[in-house]
Amino acid sequence: MHEYGIVAALVERVAEEAAPRRARVRRLHVAIGELAGVDVELLRTAYDTFRPATLCADAELDVRAVAAAWSCPGCARALAPGAPLQCPVCGRPARLTAGDEIVLERIELEVPDV
Amino acid sequence: MCDTCGCGDRELVAVEVHERILAGNDAMAAHNRAHFVAEGVLAINLMGSPGSGKTALLEATARASGGRLRLGAVSGDLATDRDAARLNRAGIPSRAITTGSACHLDAKMVHAALHDAPWGALDVFFIENVGNLVCPAIYDLGQAACVVALAVTEGEDKPIKYPVMFKTADLVLLTKCDLLPHLEVDVAAIEDGLARVMPVPRMIQVSARTGEGVDAWLAWLAARRAALKVRAQAPALDAPARGPAHVG
Repeated sequence: MHEYGIVAALVERVAEEAAPRRARVRRLHVAIGELAGVDVELLRTAYDTFRPATLCADAELDVRAVAAAWSCPGCARALAPGAPLQCPVCGRPARLTAGDEIVLERIELEVPDV
Repeated sequence: MCDTCGCGDRELVAVEVHERILAGNDAMAAHNRAHFVAEGVLAINLMGSPGSGKTALLEATARASGGRLRLGAVSGDLATDRDAARLNRAGIPSRAITTGSACHLDAKMVHAALHDAPWGALDVFFIENVGNLVCPAIYDLGQAACVVALAVTEGEDKPIKYPVMFKTADLVLLTKCDLLPHLEVDVAAIEDGLARVMPVPRMIQVSARTGEGVDAWLAWLAARRAALKVRAQAPALDAPARGPAHVG
């Protein structure tokens, strides 16, 4: 259950942006890849458990799930899900082009209009 | 008007961040990696299920190397220092990292252990992670390579059930191979599973009990040490073996 650790790091990073602006945090947008090793539902549970005592108490968590995508670095051919990770044409080891994201993309803040 | 204190209108702004949430861990891992590279030490993050034979493998490694390699280790464990004690008895200076409830090591824990170390100059430093096929895979510790121990008793479909762990591996050690004659395990099925989750599948069959395959494992370590030296001599070409993952 490393999702709590991820939420702690997430809230800390958000606070770095929100606190100096004296802002209210309204919404967080994160991207979680299929092969990131993070369970999205556990992440939501961890976030909901953790957030009341933080700057994110009123902030919704928006999770963008990213599907895994493997392709050949040589010929750019996309590999079918579950297939062996060698290019069927040129034999090169495939490269993961999407799906390992654990990324804070955007924070929506409500800042005082001074 | 602000609905709390009447301080005036509030404006909604979007702050674009696009950073890995574990960027703090990545930075500490990069710091650890710089320590290892500066000291010319091959750091191995050894992962695997509880009971996959990680500690026994390291004991066998110490026996087979016969003192030719200067080895050191830290062992992650939820509640005891038993693994570190075993490694110390086997001749590998070791320190326990007792994690309490944490199911994995992170770069900060390893860094703290590095600064509190009973070892001198080393050739290979093993970071024996907490037994777990899930969480350790996502934390970079600053290692040069990730090695996953998979016991023959764990089931042929472990690689495809735990793709995140096995995609991280540079090498899989199929442990307890002395048991193969007593089991109905199809090693080819394990290899097929690995080929579907590891871009460069590499597996060595080992037995800590009989010593089978340990020479091949030592040869793999020697090749990685040689590659480390080449990289140390050409820092401009150096790139972290397991740096921060792709950021989309």
